[in-house]
Amino acid sequence: MALLSKKDSRLILDPLADNNPITIQVLGICSALAITAQLKASIVMALSVMVVLAVGNVVISLLRNVIPGKIRIIAQLIIVAALVIIVDQVLKAFAYELSKQLSVFIGLIITNCIIMGRFEAFALANKPWRSFLDGIGNAAGYGLILIIVGFFRELLGSGTLLGFKVLGDPIAKTGLYAFGYENNGFMLLSPMALIVIGIIIWVQRSRNKTLIEE
Amino acid sequence: MGLKQNLHKLKEKYAGTKMAPAFNALHTFLYTPNETTHSGSHVRVVDDLKRTMNTVIMALIPCLIFGIFNAGYQHYAAIDNTLRLDPLGNFFTWDNFMLGAWKVLPLVIVSYVVGLGVEFIFAIIKKHEVEEGYLVTGMLVPLIVPIDIPLWMLTVAVIFGVVIGKEVFGGTGMNILNPALTIRAFLFFAYPTWMSGDKVWVEGAQAMAGQPDAISGETILGTLAANGHPVYSLWDMFWGFIPGSVGETSTFLILLGALFLIFTKIGSWRIMLSAVIGAIAMGLIFNGVVNAGWIENGSKFYGLMNETWWHHLIIGGLAFGIVYMATDPVTASQTNKGKWIYGFFIGFISIMIRVFNPAYPEGVMLAILLMNVFAPTIDHYVVQGNVRKRLKRLKVKTA
Repeated sequence: MALLSKKDSRLILDPLADNNPITIQVLGICSALAITAQLKASIVMALSVMVVLAVGNVVISLLRNVIPGKIRIIAQLIIVAALVIIVDQVLKAFAYELSKQLSVFIGLIITNCIIMGRFEAFALANKPWRSFLDGIGNAAGYGLILIIVGFFRELLGSGTLLGFKVLGDPIAKTGLYAFGYENNGFMLLSPMALIVIGIIIWVQRSRNKTLIEE
Repeated sequence: MGLKQNLHKLKEKYAGTKMAPAFNALHTFLYTPNETTHSGSHVRVVDDLKRTMNTVIMALIPCLIFGIFNAGYQHYAAIDNTLRLDPLGNFFTWDNFMLGAWKVLPLVIVSYVVGLGVEFIFAIIKKHEVEEGYLVTGMLVPLIVPIDIPLWMLTVAVIFGVVIGKEVFGGTGMNILNPALTIRAFLFFAYPTWMSGDKVWVEGAQAMAGQPDAISGETILGTLAANGHPVYSLWDMFWGFIPGSVGETSTFLILLGALFLIFTKIGSWRIMLSAVIGAIAMGLIFNGVVNAGWIENGSKFYGLMNETWWHHLIIGGLAFGIVYMATDPVTASQTNKGKWIYGFFIGFISIMIRVFNPAYPEGVMLAILLMNVFAPTIDHYVVQGNVRKRLKRLKVKTA
């Protein structure tokens, strides 16, 4: 990558795989379980978190020498809350149906552990450009898992992808449904999202043995 | 003895190679092996683990055979209602047996082929012996599903149950949840239209729905949950001439199986007895609520709450669950005191779910899975309590 130095590109690539916020650090599980029943919601959620985390990281990084250490958590909360409200308002203005569907979970980005975690662990100690890359990388790692989970849950649970009936029409019995296939209702329930994430963790750790804890 | 020697030779020949587990499994399944189990939670048994499993399967055979007959019987009785008047007269006909075998044997075969297939694959990947745990699970699964369940659904559920319910935890003896019930719970949540309602318990009901000669095969619990009156007599319920999952209808045969398991010391009588006590306690509480007039006649809980307490023991899958699945040595409590607590709550919660969740009126599956999760905690506190008691005694002595 000519655009980024080797050190900088690690900031983006590490959280995608070997230091993934969901599968390795096990953060942000709550929203990953709640909104992944449909792929579209997963993508929008991933993008929202990416915006909040990247911008938030930059802002915190710019202010890192100004914020007093004792009240840094409350300062971080204010910044992330402001950003989340902006994202929420934008969604309400341009994608009302989707924002209804995501309901409270956009607001709950404020409490997403990944965001506070990156503010604390990275942005407070690094320069804006590196913090920006770190934000993009971690949000991408989070979004990647969300999209994988959303893909399987929507495909197997509703037989659709982004709303398109890729497996046929369950009522008219076309496509796969003509052979007696039926949607798996369990996929739409949150426990199955946990199991899907568990399977991703399992696959990841059996491919890379260094990730297995003692 | 030719087969035994041949198998033994094969076993010796392939010892240490990749496919060795497969030959060992076949050999020990058919003949008594020359070694006993030396690890896992079954270590207390003097036999090889496979013998233990075979004993449970023997206890299940009557239920399976009856399930085959009953599947055909329910089908023809639902088409021609006059057959109901004299169950025994029309029961032992070849038609019943043929239809039942045609429907039930594929379930058994799919369950074993898929489940053991997954076990073989894991044994070869992880390079250990094929684990015997699936032998019982494979027999339980066809007995606890509705007769018309599509085979591909069963396949998906068995793969899920064996992989997620057992192999991820490290295989037989390490699982937290009962694999057979994990499989059933998966089906229950994934394909609810095939697992509940009044169209799945009698062969052909789903296919004939909506036609003029549509047949209704509501279970007794379903009827009661809708505040209706079951058409079956108590003796029907006891002998098992009622619609339900394949092998769980006959309380009589389950009782025989229970005695057999207790006699051979495979099943824990403490769990069975305490579960019955728990179910009776909850039944009596609900009867008391009805008698005290705290609940109105029209309430949606009234039908099941008003059912005489001991009837709960012979309807639905409660008896089957208590005898064959609550007593699973891996997932039950290990301590004797723990077994009493564990069993009691299974019975207690089963009846509670039955009454308060009329949409899915059979609670024993969920009750057992819930208590499976709590079993290690119960054991922990029983052991800790014992440690404290002994420490106290020690102090008194030395003081």
